[in-house]
Amino acid sequence: MQRKSITLYIGAVLVSILFLMMIVSFFWTPYGPNEMNTKIALQAPSWTYPFGTDNFGRDIFSRILEGSKTAFLVGITSIMIALTFGFIIGGIAGYFGGIVDEVLMRIIDSILAIPGILFAIMLVSVFNTGMQNTILALGIMGIPTFARVIRSGFMQVKEFDFVKSSKVKGAGSFRIIFKHILPNIFSQIIVASTLFFSGAILAESGLSYLGLGVQPPDPSWGRMLSEAQAYMTNAPWYIGITGIFIVLLVLGFNMLGDGLRDLKEKRN
Amino acid sequence: MRFLVKKLVSFIATIFIVSLLIFFIFNILPGSPAQAILGVDADEQQVKLLEEELGLNEPLHLRYIHWIIGIAQGDLGVSYKYGQPVAEVLKDRIPISFSLAVIALILTVVIGIPLGILIAKTDGKWSSIILSMITQLGISTPSFWLGFILIMVFAVKFGLFPTYGFIPWSENLGEALKSVFLPSLAIAVGNIAIVIRYLKNSILDQTKEDYVRTAIVKGLGANEIMYNHVLRNALLPVLTVLGLITADTLGGSIIIENVFALPGLGSLLVTSIESRDFPLIQSLILIISLIIILANFTVDLLYKVIDPRIRV
Repeated sequence: MQRKSITLYIGAVLVSILFLMMIVSFFWTPYGPNEMNTKIALQAPSWTYPFGTDNFGRDIFSRILEGSKTAFLVGITSIMIALTFGFIIGGIAGYFGGIVDEVLMRIIDSILAIPGILFAIMLVSVFNTGMQNTILALGIMGIPTFARVIRSGFMQVKEFDFVKSSKVKGAGSFRIIFKHILPNIFSQIIVASTLFFSGAILAESGLSYLGLGVQPPDPSWGRMLSEAQAYMTNAPWYIGITGIFIVLLVLGFNMLGDGLRDLKEKRN
Repeated sequence: MRFLVKKLVSFIATIFIVSLLIFFIFNILPGSPAQAILGVDADEQQVKLLEEELGLNEPLHLRYIHWIIGIAQGDLGVSYKYGQPVAEVLKDRIPISFSLAVIALILTVVIGIPLGILIAKTDGKWSSIILSMITQLGISTPSFWLGFILIMVFAVKFGLFPTYGFIPWSENLGEALKSVFLPSLAIAVGNIAIVIRYLKNSILDQTKEDYVRTAIVKGLGANEIMYNHVLRNALLPVLTVLGLITADTLGGSIIIENVFALPGLGSLLVTSIESRDFPLIQSLILIISLIIILANFTVDLLYKVIDPRIRV
């Protein structure tokens, strides 16, 4: 097997397993994720509690399952926001070109100079914390990235002969964009979305760790880490296992994205 | 010369757009800062008075101009929470974040470049699969979680480093370095992985070039070709990610400072958000962004100096 396809394969397997976990958590968790019992607080992993228990005696495995919902929800919805606005901005810039493109891209590049996490923190400080605002902040954080990808896709496809000929035939802009350009940049959008997903998960866990992201009772792996911090020495598994799940999800999407990009390049 | 002018114009334009964006986000979105300071129970009269006192009743464009002129003169506004000039609040904190960022960047270069060369030299099928897995892992690990792991292993278990806090450089050089080493390493790991990846690909691309074949035919040794010819060209693309890495280092330090309880700019940002201290947040974000824009500008100029073929 080729090295490139191994990356794709491992990424797809990781993402599928975690996705399945998320689906399962809707129907079943071994214990109630918020079920407290201080008598069994901070227990080490065992057959009864595979990942141990936290400071309130809650089953960590159940909480990780529950937290996977938040991770996927944040990832998918913030991609949808970023993609929608990125498509509008990047599409306008790429389709019309000229001065419009020049101005829009200058703004986009300036925003990209600010690190994503700083930009997200800035938005959250104005919007306030909570799940919805976190999603909104991460979605806005992603707009410049998607606008860039979509603009360059538009620029390339616009020059293809079949697009030019359909323009000559009198097809409207709307038809050209949705019938011809969109299907041709679809794979680029998928790659960008996959890679952005991992960025969004990292940013969400960072924000939630700082107390600026998802708030209780909504479960979040980042928040679990900030709770686990106080018990680092007497319950190292709590912080260890929770973090490993963030790494696995981010790693899965990174490898999937890289694998898909290599696959696309090979095809071209 | 034309290059310099063009870059300078784009540098100033970027600063302008970023400052405008930051100002816009903090001043146009709903919610009066005066209301936020006084709380929801405050009556309208009080809010009005405070708004006047803070200069919030001026027209928007004037406020922006005053803000920018103030910053240019080193006046960053007055922190609501601390009741003193923002510049004063930042003074003691800047050296901490600066040390953190500089050491993280040094670690990135010192570890990343030799490892990248080593990996490019041993490029085989299986070794490259394993190494690409490791670099992927480095990129995918949240730096703050890595910070916890480093604390648990090197500070708690082996007692080699302090678990948290900062020791000033003026007090004890060795202890100061120790207190920022683990957080810097936690930030650097992801960037080291990025440098390794870029450098390895770049070296492998270069070795396919004609001049390398010529050098081999001339009978030059592998090491001589690598260090005298290939590396000089291969390092160029790595330089372009240096701006990105600086951004990432500063972004990462915001979270890491909270993990290691370092009283730098990042931990200040988080506490000022909790107390909704808008002048402080606004200035902090602008300062961090300016440093990154400046770093990108420097990288652009450096690139031109190293490779005069670059045109704009």
